[in-house]
Amino acid sequence: MSAKYEVVIIGAGHNGLVCAAYLARAGKRVLVVERSDQIGGAARSEEVFPGFRFSVFSYVVSLLRPEIIRDLELPRHGLHILPLESTLTPLADGDYLAQWADHDQNRRELARHSVKDAEAYDEFGRLMYRMARAVKPFLGMAPPDPASLTLRELKALARLGSNLRGLGAEQFHALHKLLTMSAADYLDEWFETEALKATKSASGIIGTFQGPRSPGTAYVLLHHYMGEIDGVFRAWGFAKGGNGSVSAAIAAAARGFGAEIRTDAPVARVIVRNGRATGVALESGEEIQAGLVVSGADPRRTFMQLVGAEHLPSEFVEGIQRFRFRGSSGKVNLALSELPDFSCLPGNGPHLRGAISISPSVDYLERAYDDAKYGEVSREPYMDIVIPSMIDPSMAPPGQHVMSIFVQYVPYDVNGGWTDAKREAFGDTVIDTLAKYAPNIRSAILHRQVITPADIERMVGLTEGNIFQGELALQQMFFMRPVPGWAKYATPIDGLYQCGSGTHPGGGVMGASGRNAALTILGELK
Amino acid sequence: MLRTTPFHARTAALCASHAWRRWAGYVVASAYELTHEREYHAIRSSAALLDISPLYKYRVTGAHAARLLDRVVTRSVGGIAVGQVLYSGWCDASGKILDDGTIHRLGEEEFRMTSAEPNLRWLEANATGLDVSIHDVSDSIAALAIQGPSSRAILQVLADTDIESLKYFRLVETTLRGVPVTISRTGYTGDLGYEIWMDTDDALEVWDAVIDAGTAYGVVPAGMLALDLARIEAGLMLLDVDYVPARKTLIDRQASSPYELDLAWTVDLRKEHFVGRTALAGESERPAEWQFVGIEVDWDSLERLYGAVGLAPQLPSTAWRTSVPIYADGKQAGYATSGGWSPLLKKYIALAHLKRPWFEPGTAVEMEITVEHVRKRAAARVAKKPFFNPERKRT
Repeated sequence: MSAKYEVVIIGAGHNGLVCAAYLARAGKRVLVVERSDQIGGAARSEEVFPGFRFSVFSYVVSLLRPEIIRDLELPRHGLHILPLESTLTPLADGDYLAQWADHDQNRRELARHSVKDAEAYDEFGRLMYRMARAVKPFLGMAPPDPASLTLRELKALARLGSNLRGLGAEQFHALHKLLTMSAADYLDEWFETEALKATKSASGIIGTFQGPRSPGTAYVLLHHYMGEIDGVFRAWGFAKGGNGSVSAAIAAAARGFGAEIRTDAPVARVIVRNGRATGVALESGEEIQAGLVVSGADPRRTFMQLVGAEHLPSEFVEGIQRFRFRGSSGKVNLALSELPDFSCLPGNGPHLRGAISISPSVDYLERAYDDAKYGEVSREPYMDIVIPSMIDPSMAPPGQHVMSIFVQYVPYDVNGGWTDAKREAFGDTVIDTLAKYAPNIRSAILHRQVITPADIERMVGLTEGNIFQGELALQQMFFMRPVPGWAKYATPIDGLYQCGSGTHPGGGVMGASGRNAALTILGELK
Repeated sequence: MLRTTPFHARTAALCASHAWRRWAGYVVASAYELTHEREYHAIRSSAALLDISPLYKYRVTGAHAARLLDRVVTRSVGGIAVGQVLYSGWCDASGKILDDGTIHRLGEEEFRMTSAEPNLRWLEANATGLDVSIHDVSDSIAALAIQGPSSRAILQVLADTDIESLKYFRLVETTLRGVPVTISRTGYTGDLGYEIWMDTDDALEVWDAVIDAGTAYGVVPAGMLALDLARIEAGLMLLDVDYVPARKTLIDRQASSPYELDLAWTVDLRKEHFVGRTALAGESERPAEWQFVGIEVDWDSLERLYGAVGLAPQLPSTAWRTSVPIYADGKQAGYATSGGWSPLLKKYIALAHLKRPWFEPGTAVEMEITVEHVRKRAAARVAKKPFFNPERKRT
């Protein structure tokens, strides 16, 4: 029997599309089925308010793998990554801390707060660069399993080991610290400026249900430096047209290689016969046969909903149930009639073309986490703000603006559950917090879109609204993601694979999971 | 003394980098901001405003104006309509390129010619016996280029005529907020873009108007570093950098014919006479020995060469303008003359002169690079020019 498709992929999120493109490039007949009426999953741009385009969920390109950009020729398919160069941290006392792309400008600004920090900054950057270079090869491979003693695993481990051996003692010890310490403690060893430590540590807590003082958060700092290695290649920044352009470019590449993409085609279940996946059944009742099924949905949705526990070994089911999601972030998107006017740095300027981080101190972030621990939205949340129209004016009508506010902590399991009133209260909290730094914000708002973790789950199907398809915490990374022994994209069901960010190396619009999954599948088909 | 352009009062105030470049005896900004990155991206994403006043400009009028230009340049000028612009090179009697530029037909008997080098004497030398007058208007006409996807919308806000319908390589005489200007849909970036020609006295008024109307569309004043990357992506050659004009050659082999510069399309041998025609007609019957091509350097090869010393690829973020050997089949196959990292295409690209048979697109070659002070050869491939050619350029 020859099915029309060799591979059917569930979900046209960026990883599903990347996987489809690589498989189609290798000559496979590939179909992607997407439940929504548009592609992109959580990497999509939408005109939520007339004339204003939003990156509704994910909003910057930070870790998209350079090899994917090259292999799929994404620039030819319309991907244009614009620089996002500075970070502004407004402070409660009316001052600010800015981090600039220009070295001298950055040093002078840091020295205004601490001469020591200004000098430590370069040394810190160099150490992180060297560690990131040693760890980076991890991202582009199926993670070797140290519990396995097969020759293949040992070889892969040895390869990684030789990378790490290249690190000097100082860097090796630092790496150990990164794997064990909290972001706040690790940064304490280097810097004294509160706002600097807080803003840097924020990258360690994004998408997790942990605070900057939770052990293990230091490691995620390192991910931030992966982009630095790529240097002038510059895979990080803002995608012209919003993050939907990333998905659109990948989809165009996939179609160019012959892949088919069907939207409005929600999958009801994976068809399993005699322990083997043979296709998918759509909610419409239509059945699509395929040699292989690849799921871009998160592990819980894939196994508990689309496959069903009855087809799976019980210890695997337990592992999936233990895999933590705990969505902790929300999003507020604003259409603005004018730019926000920050009291610390009034007027228009280059500071509005980068990130604006509401992270004045480590205590501030930790308190925000404290609220969430007990089931409440942070009274004063951490916010990562960008004004996309300052970078790409075509996102809004001339002279007007869009603002993207990433907010943490917004617990999925909020006390009493999410209601419309709670959502609006969360939106108010965000605006109230921002108004402390930019008082004109309220009067500038033309439209407000508030997205809770429950909304993320409902709108894009991410379990518990976790933006990474599962927390990026050390205990569920590498060979543990999503379940020990099943971190290499294959599953206990023959012919069923995973390609979402619930697998190694995780989320962040990296595309690495989709690529690694495709390469694994192609390797096994040989 | 270096001269400043009519826009200097504005450009100097903006030039935070203090980085200036010489161009035809003038100084123009290399980059306004501390790095040129945003200025480059503006060309491809929104709109960039560039001071191009140092171009040489000549006004050619009279009953025989078209005849003179037809006699000088290799393309046919007589056939173009009023309101049309033409790009061409021009040659000496041996068919070697002297210069290249644009010819704007402003009226039946009125043209404006732009060039990189002075050409007054050459034009006059060829005008003997013709009813034509030639004026060097380089100092009395200021020029701005506005280039990028939003350039049309910005000019439409300002202009008193329909800019939307202005076709590629056409011009219109109009007013911008009341100031008389000529707008041509031309440029040196390979993108949607326009050039604005105006009286020197009106320069600042026009600059201010474009900034005022363009800010909401993201217009960014851009310098030569940004332009240099864009023109390499567009595959456009630069005099003195990519070729030696025949007037400046010290030995014959330094000169190039249009056929060797990928400009065969600009040589119109149907014209009865133009300077260099005899030589070019002869050359057209032989296969070219050299060709001016694009080069794409292979990323994996760069990664291997730099990886061997423990580094990630170190790439040039500004364009280089030096002669770099290109090899093929173990021999030197030619040389690259400009190159750089394309932030848009995410590719290391270069423009190069290659000998037959290596100039065919797709040919595997190697480009010399220096990795930690050691000369290496990176795998590369001959690529079609332009590297970047968006539909919006012409539509």
